[in-house]
Amino acid sequence: MSLLKIENATLKFGGVVAVNDLSFSVDEGEVYAIVGPNGAGKSTVFNLISRFYEPYAGTFNFDGQNLLDRNADEVADLGIARTFQNIELFDHATVLQNLLVGRHRHRKSTLLDQMFFTPRVRREERRHREAVEEVIDFLDLQPYRNKMIAGLPYGVRKVVELGRALASGPRLLLLDEPASGLSVEETQDMRWWIDDIRKQMGITVLMVEHDMGLVSGVSDRVLALADGAKLAEGTPAEVQSDPAVIEAYLGAGV
Amino acid sequence: MRIHFKTSYEHDIRLFPDRWSFSVYAVLLLIAFGLPYLIDEFYLGEVTNVLIWAIAGLGLMLLTGQTGQASLGHAAFLAVGCYTNTILIEMGLPFIVAFPLAGIITGLVGVVIAIPVLRLHGIYLAIATIALSILADDIIVLLEPWTGGVSGKFPEMITIFGFEIERWSMPTRFYYLVLAVTIICTLFYRNLLRSPLGRAFAAVRDSEVSATAMGVHIARTKGMAFGLSCMITGWSGALMGYYAGTFNNETFSLVISITLLMMIVIGGLGSIHGAFFGAVVVAFLPQALSIAKDMVSSGGVAIPGLETGVFGLILILFILFEPMGIYGRWLKIRTWFELFPFARKDMFKRQKSYLKTERLR
Repeated sequence: MSLLKIENATLKFGGVVAVNDLSFSVDEGEVYAIVGPNGAGKSTVFNLISRFYEPYAGTFNFDGQNLLDRNADEVADLGIARTFQNIELFDHATVLQNLLVGRHRHRKSTLLDQMFFTPRVRREERRHREAVEEVIDFLDLQPYRNKMIAGLPYGVRKVVELGRALASGPRLLLLDEPASGLSVEETQDMRWWIDDIRKQMGITVLMVEHDMGLVSGVSDRVLALADGAKLAEGTPAEVQSDPAVIEAYLGAGV
Repeated sequence: MRIHFKTSYEHDIRLFPDRWSFSVYAVLLLIAFGLPYLIDEFYLGEVTNVLIWAIAGLGLMLLTGQTGQASLGHAAFLAVGCYTNTILIEMGLPFIVAFPLAGIITGLVGVVIAIPVLRLHGIYLAIATIALSILADDIIVLLEPWTGGVSGKFPEMITIFGFEIERWSMPTRFYYLVLAVTIICTLFYRNLLRSPLGRAFAAVRDSEVSATAMGVHIARTKGMAFGLSCMITGWSGALMGYYAGTFNNETFSLVISITLLMMIVIGGLGSIHGAFFGAVVVAFLPQALSIAKDMVSSGGVAIPGLETGVFGLILILFILFEPMGIYGRWLKIRTWFELFPFARKDMFKRQKSYLKTERLR
């Protein structure tokens, strides 16, 4: 059963067609990767799903609900969490606080509750903390719990961002280049995590990634994009051997 | 070096991280309560002034330090709080009702103003809020029937269940009133910081894009920050009215707004301590200057703009050499002692931050 279904999505920036009549669907419980050369529109697709961009045309369906009825801040409530290509963390807060922001959609207390810090808020905070600690254990972030983001190395930030998305308890996780800028070892870790996220937590993953090793290692299906349009779709092996994909990456006549 | 051995999640939620800091603040509170017996009435009045400024500082800190929205219009909200309180009491409401209500009304006014104003960012927001400060003057004059216009108003004596409080004849009682409001505001602030809303404020400050992706409604959160900030500022304004004894359209000028902003920058943005440190500087600087002036030239020569000039100089020096303010400097000194002899010179050096996704604005 498909969890996310996008049909005929089109987005134009002035005269530039960033996404051109794109249709694909992500099944529940799979890892779906989007690949393509720079400027192919991969991140733009993510921004369309997160509702940062208003599509020119097309339908966006998440678990039977129309995504276009939601504002950008309501997408998280549906159970869609994401990371960003260049890391968008809250720099002047600790790792713990960053992860707790991920729990934002689960808060129930009112403003007055919070001003007086009633027992209800206290109970809720403890529950959030428990959820966050699970994520910390899962991603081995214990040494960094109370460190400020501003002082952390790139690789750790990348993991914290993944953690923040996981802390929100999503059904669909959007990972924008989870392995960019990571060392070989860190990329390997990321691969096991993505595997575990799918298998242990049952979260569907949609990711954009350039590292073909990672893509073919974890993903069930791959979508190749070029100039905002679908080039090929299928298993990693199928897509890698598709003549149109080879042409888009290496040029004609190879 | 103190090591926090945590055994429960409660440890991170508590107001004080350990017994030591609890006792430090307990002693501080004891001193605050015992102050009228330690110093004479003139200095008690000065300390009261510091506390009133600190409340206003807390208000602006919530907006600027926590949520990252600069405001040069907070003098206008001091005025709203001050006039609302006085008018409500003249209408016959008792102080115990009128005073909290004055803050709440100021907060609501703040929210209404925030809806259009907070669509602006950075320098444009600062300019828009300057307009508030300037308009406040004219609006007070225009609303003469309620505000008394240019001739101003005198707040009535405070009575709480028959218990009278007045700034000049009973400075001790007034001091305790201000102290109580300060403690309540500080507690509100602390509570917000450790709850979801406080984290949402920080999220909006550091990255609006990812805050949105995590489900934080940007406009609502900013509006909330502005409202709460104005509420606290309103209370401070009401107390300022009592402290001054009289006020008119010129009392809450743009200069007050600028002073407030300088105060929290000098004190240290983003911390409760910063508001208090800044308030000490703002409230004592004029006194310190006049004492220093008397020492240099025994005559009563008035140097126009001296105070403002020195203020500006201090601000520039802080931004150049200690952007984290007095509180930041205090943290560094404390860390140096805690880690002695292992503290390194570059420990607090700011790291270059990595690239950010192009802002989706």
